[in-house]
Amino acid sequence: MAIFVYAENINGIYKKAAFEAVSYAKAIADQAGDTVTAITVNPTDSSDLLYKYGATNVIKIKDDGLKNFSAKAYAQAVNEVANGNTLVFPHTTDASSIAPMLAIMKDFSLITNVLEAPESLSPFQVKRRAFSGKGFMHAKADAAGVIVTVSQNAYGVKENAVSGSEEVKELSVANEDTKVVSHEQSSGKLDLKEAEIVVSAGRGMKGPENWGMIEDLAELLGAATACSKPVSDIGWRPHSEHVGQTGKAISPNLYIAVGISGAIQHLAGVNSSKTIVVVNSDAEAPFFKSADYGVVGDAFKIIPELTQKIKALKG
Amino acid sequence: MKILVCISSVPDTTSKINFTADKSAFDKTGIQWVINPLDEFALTKAIKLQESQGATVTVLNVGEAITEPVIRKALAIGANDAVRINTEPKDSYSVAKEIANVAQTGGYDMILCGKESIDYNGGSAPGMVAQLLGQPFVNACVGLEVNGAEATAVREIEGGKETISVKLPAVIAGQKGMVDEKDLIIPNMRGIMSARSKPLQVLEASSSEVKVEGVSYDSVPQRAAVKMVSADNLDELVRLLHEEAKVI
Ligand SMILES: Cc1cc2nc3c(=O)[nH]c(=O)nc-3n(C[C@H](O)[C@H](O)[C@H](O)COP(=O)(O)OP(=O)(O)OC[C@H]3O[C@@H](n4cnc5c(N)ncnc54)[C@H](O)[C@@H]3O)c2cc1C
Repeated sequence: MAIFVYAENINGIYKKAAFEAVSYAKAIADQAGDTVTAITVNPTDSSDLLYKYGATNVIKIKDDGLKNFSAKAYAQAVNEVANGNTLVFPHTTDASSIAPMLAIMKDFSLITNVLEAPESLSPFQVKRRAFSGKGFMHAKADAAGVIVTVSQNAYGVKENAVSGSEEVKELSVANEDTKVVSHEQSSGKLDLKEAEIVVSAGRGMKGPENWGMIEDLAELLGAATACSKPVSDIGWRPHSEHVGQTGKAISPNLYIAVGISGAIQHLAGVNSSKTIVVVNSDAEAPFFKSADYGVVGDAFKIIPELTQKIKALKG
Repeated sequence: MKILVCISSVPDTTSKINFTADKSAFDKTGIQWVINPLDEFALTKAIKLQESQGATVTVLNVGEAITEPVIRKALAIGANDAVRINTEPKDSYSVAKEIANVAQTGGYDMILCGKESIDYNGGSAPGMVAQLLGQPFVNACVGLEVNGAEATAVREIEGGKETISVKLPAVIAGQKGMVDEKDLIIPNMRGIMSARSKPLQVLEASSSEVKVEGVSYDSVPQRAAVKMVSADNLDELVRLLHEEAKVI
């Protein structure tokens, strides 16, 4: 029985989260002595990109009715082609909207936010994120089949090339309940949940006009930008950049926190970052207790200087 | 219009999370309970629709009697009445089943939820409810207007936003942005007093079937002690990030 994985694409281009999900599915397949079948909707990217991470089969769903996203219609489409008992999704907004609907359709267990390869396959048991990053849960699936969503940037992308083949499935799923009115995609901006480096700033920046130095550092590092909750509440930065317990949970390789105090709600969303650097003028800021590297000082002096020094390193 | 708002009762956001000595469960000792913050956005949106469109708002919680203060708070914020399904919530599936049952018998035009609970972070119940009811589902909603038998919802997508029109009845899972933080309603004395006399119906659970079990729990491992670098020696920070942490 094949392991199925949902390879999410945006406008036909695979997301990094798709490669992560395929890598994860491959780990399950290797444990089970099985193969991976990837499902993707209206892709333009080549299937070679999915073979590279271990997908032996790629099913390309072609359906004009799925040009626009609808959780219900996508769940229906995936349900039509996925006939294994193990299904892997990335924990992106779209995929984590489809997965619960599919779990009901198939009467499977759904385990979201998984972090590591399964601890056992039968019964299926896996470690997942819980309590907004303040704890972990080892979850066991009771149903005959299981769907998991893989937390972004947790398991990672692992190359594992296989030779694969693709199959095109023409579907025409009814998609009448929802209609996309408009779609705004800010071009060229790195996705916060996928970013390997995140430069984040808090109320210590004093005002939105001072974010230039944060953006400069982020651009130099190929990083995404983020912020603390009050910063987005006041409207200095968009809601989509708010990280923490009530915002986004992220796990980049490097998290640079500038002028953020390190309140427990903020830490909840960022403490699974692999390396944390804290810059704060207050030596008593709680964030230093949860950091790997700390600098006490004025961000307005430190950040431009740090940017210069990293520029020099990068040559 | 009838709106059902699903709320979960979660540890206050400042709570330290501890597990029982045998690690088999979350340790509830000393925990203060609050309305799941993401549900508060949905609840406030519903109250706004109550004011602007004369909607009635029912709050629903699947939980044992200890959640009643949280339900009363939702009533004090302005919900018309409440339903509690008297059972300990065990997994997203069992919660979704109970919600769908109430929704089905109540004939609601819209079911509003928070997109996930900040305790178990399942993020699954809203989508499951939608599928159990055969209704459309909009997740990660950051804006919502209702126009007759249709709603216009703005949902967050990676790197942007999408505006969609959705036929009602529908299930909509909200988050911050659905209403502004400053518009969240803090109950006043009048609200608190009137909440005491609002109807709170307690129903027994319809089934006990679960599909996922929490076998054990772990705390987050402590990070090694922080290495402090002098603000006058940023070369050292760059060196550490490059050579030791190997992240730049
Ligand atoms: C229900 C609820 C949910 C919440 N959820 C979240 C969440 O998801 N995410 C989140 O972030 N917060 C959340 N919070 C808020 C959280 O409690 C804190 O208020 C918030 O994280 C503080 O943000 P901050 O560190 O930017 O601001 P502050 O607490 O004001 O700290 C600013 C920091 O900047 C430093 N600073 C000032 N000037 C400089 C300078 N020139 N150079 C360097 N440093 C400087 C100060 O020393 C201080 O440490 C939540 C709160 C509640 C009640």
